[in-house]
Amino acid sequence: MRRGAIVRVVVIALLAAGAATAVALFIPWLPPVQSKEGERIDFVFWVVVAICIAVFAVVAAVTLYSVITFRVRPDDDSDGPPVHGHTGLEITWTAIPAVLVTIIAVLSAVALAENGDLKSNRLKVDVTARQFAWSFKYPQYGGFETTELRLEENRQVELNLRALDVIHSFWVPEFRQKQDAVPGIVTHLPITPTKVGTDTLICTELCGLGHALMRAKVIVMRPADFEQWARAQQRKGAQAGAG
Amino acid sequence: MTEVLDQTPQAQAAPPKTGWRRWLLGPGFVRAAWMAPLFFGIGFLIVIGLRSIAHYEPLLNWLIVVTVAGLVTAPLGFLAGIGAFDYWVYYALGYPTRPEDHSGHGARSWKDYFRVNTDHKVIGVQYVVTTIFFFLAGGLMAMIFRAELAKPGMQFLDNQEYNGLISVHASLMIFLFVIPAFAGLANFVIPLMIGAPDMAFPRLNALSFWLLPIAGIIMLSSLAVPGGAFGAGWTGYAPLSVVGTNGNVWFNMGVQWAGASSIMTALNFLVTIITMRAPGMTFWRMPLLVWANFTTSLLVVLATPFIAGSQFFVMFDRLIKTNFFNFHESGYVLGYQHIFWFYSHPAVYIMMLPGFGIASEVISVFSRKPIFGYRLMALSLCAILVLGFSVWAHHMFVSGMANWLRVPMMVTTLLIAVPTGIKVFSWLATTWEGRIHLATPMLFALGFVSMFVIGGLSGIMLGAVPIDIHVSDTYFVVAHIHYVLLGGSLFTIFAGIYYWFPKMTGRMYNERLGKLHFWLTFIGFNLTFFPMHIIGVQGMPRRVSDYDPQFGTWNMIISISSFFLGASFIVFLYNAITSWIRGPLAGANPWHAMTLEWQVSSPPPIFNFDEIPQIVGGPYEYGVPGARHAVFNGAREHELEEARSP
Repeated sequence: MRRGAIVRVVVIALLAAGAATAVALFIPWLPPVQSKEGERIDFVFWVVVAICIAVFAVVAAVTLYSVITFRVRPDDDSDGPPVHGHTGLEITWTAIPAVLVTIIAVLSAVALAENGDLKSNRLKVDVTARQFAWSFKYPQYGGFETTELRLEENRQVELNLRALDVIHSFWVPEFRQKQDAVPGIVTHLPITPTKVGTDTLICTELCGLGHALMRAKVIVMRPADFEQWARAQQRKGAQAGAG
Repeated sequence: MTEVLDQTPQAQAAPPKTGWRRWLLGPGFVRAAWMAPLFFGIGFLIVIGLRSIAHYEPLLNWLIVVTVAGLVTAPLGFLAGIGAFDYWVYYALGYPTRPEDHSGHGARSWKDYFRVNTDHKVIGVQYVVTTIFFFLAGGLMAMIFRAELAKPGMQFLDNQEYNGLISVHASLMIFLFVIPAFAGLANFVIPLMIGAPDMAFPRLNALSFWLLPIAGIIMLSSLAVPGGAFGAGWTGYAPLSVVGTNGNVWFNMGVQWAGASSIMTALNFLVTIITMRAPGMTFWRMPLLVWANFTTSLLVVLATPFIAGSQFFVMFDRLIKTNFFNFHESGYVLGYQHIFWFYSHPAVYIMMLPGFGIASEVISVFSRKPIFGYRLMALSLCAILVLGFSVWAHHMFVSGMANWLRVPMMVTTLLIAVPTGIKVFSWLATTWEGRIHLATPMLFALGFVSMFVIGGLSGIMLGAVPIDIHVSDTYFVVAHIHYVLLGGSLFTIFAGIYYWFPKMTGRMYNERLGKLHFWLTFIGFNLTFFPMHIIGVQGMPRRVSDYDPQFGTWNMIISISSFFLGASFIVFLYNAITSWIRGPLAGANPWHAMTLEWQVSSPPPIFNFDEIPQIVGGPYEYGVPGARHAVFNGAREHELEEARSP
């Protein structure tokens, strides 16, 4: 009887896990990843999703099995067995979640530390957010300013974010990285783009009436193209300054 | 107390006034109708007087006048008018008072629900009905902005209207529905459950209810403020809430009234639970709902002053040019978020622990089994209470706060999964081998367990910093909070309303309509909120009135589902109203439950118990042969025993 119950619960759990896994795999969840930091974030994401699916499957299976098996007719006046607890079980379901969250915490802390590492050859860009626009300054190239963010493939960039009025937040879903720009302080965000292409920068902190459309273009270029573009901008800036 | 009355026969209430004088001067809505404007005038004169003394220009600043006179003194006048302060004012001024005057206690007709009433059962019903009204208002707002979001581009709202609607929606749902709805249910049930005749401070209890409609009307009326309602979200982050529309002041003040109400109720619960338990009701014999409200009240008392402070700072920055969050004058912008979340994270548990309590009651009764691991269930509530204060900065992982804070806050956040997991597994173990009756309260309780698990798991994902960095401020968060607050809090509130409906009204609700309501809500809820996880991870930020066309299909599905979910509520309203009027009589204990509230008539006598119950065992001893939670003629039995013993 008891063994039969366990077998049936396991079967329902596997079915539930299968269904949840299908939802996880067949729906395109994460947009294509285009940064080194994003790859680490995705790894943590999928590990945690796997753990979540396992826990969800257990809970769903026990709930369904209980409701189906132990349901009685409304006029049934009998009581269940007076079980008040089981120390072994209670220790088990205290310990297993504790172990699981420890795994998640360690993985997350490692990924976070690696994502915070700054390379010595990094590109620096000063990002300024205001209601409702972004601008980007390149201090290593004479400090010219643009309204679209151009980055170099496979070279880390350190964004130094400032806000002039209210809080804004820098997010490119393909890069995964996000950081608020806070008036009064400078915040930092390292990103290492890995793929040439064009993405969209989205403001993710409610910043007023124009919040929904506070976007900017982000273009990742090949190193040679980027260098050429940056030098050209620098010359243009110098000429404008001289003229 | 009666002795006092006997020795001082002159201490009677003032002689009954005649006709129109009583109509005009007696406590009630008529007096409130003239005292509120009178107090508005007093507030007006205070502002004008102080400004003229200080030579401030211009003398008449309408924003300040309305804030002081409209949002502070006029509500005080209203409260004075309906009689919330009468007893205390008489006492303070040395007029005769009657401590044992119970004319304002209990409901003999429906009119007694519309005045200041000191009976915790009346107040509980007042709370539940009022909060459902605001739930309806908040829900209708959601319908409006979901219609706007059905397609990309702007349809019929402008950005200010949109921001106002989402902000007022969330504020009403949190401050005027979930928190007070739990307080209302607990208000009705707790004194009954612990065997007390009422709450410890009945007049304070009445006052804390009447603060709520004030808070709700202030928040709703912000929609009519010139310039628009508060539109910085329910989180009201500075500096946007300082420089945004003047409607933000209505949020700042609305929160003060709702917060004051919360704190008073929580103090009342604490004193009641600590001092008024029936003989034999030790802490380890209290029903878990009492435990849950005990821990919740501790959270409220300790945390709520922080949000009060944060909103005063924001309001002062706007109105009297302080610099708490003014970065031009070395104000500290992130300070707002730290203070705000130091309340608002514990608030998540304020909105969840009472639901845990309701689920424990319902699951045990409808499984016909003792709750599994009672002591660990109570202790995990305490663990959540303590841990809940050490996790606030997980709302700020991308905020730019000190980097080192992230990992410790992640660890404490993830640790909360342990006591929460204990509760979920214990509920499941309670159902195991039980005799499960799938009545409406049980459906909502089991629906809560399964939905809350999804919300808890997405909470684990949000707690892991790297994942949070990606999904922070996206629809993934919107999905998470709705799984926790709708799948969690709302489902348990419904479980509680259906469970105690026979006790509150004396009548039974319609079971088939109740089940229909559950399934419509359950399906509509999942269709509405599950897809939000997907679009959030894919890259749709929250709080946007317009979005990238690639999310168009999902948003259309979400909007249609949300109308379906909204419509499901009509079934509940119809069921509740018709059953209250002409449902079949319920009897004292339709669920065959053991806790004390079911051992008295439905609805209970005005002072709850005709004799004080004697608690002799645990509250969930289902299936234990001969076990009892309480005996009613305990005193007599005791005497008999003494008489029998040689």
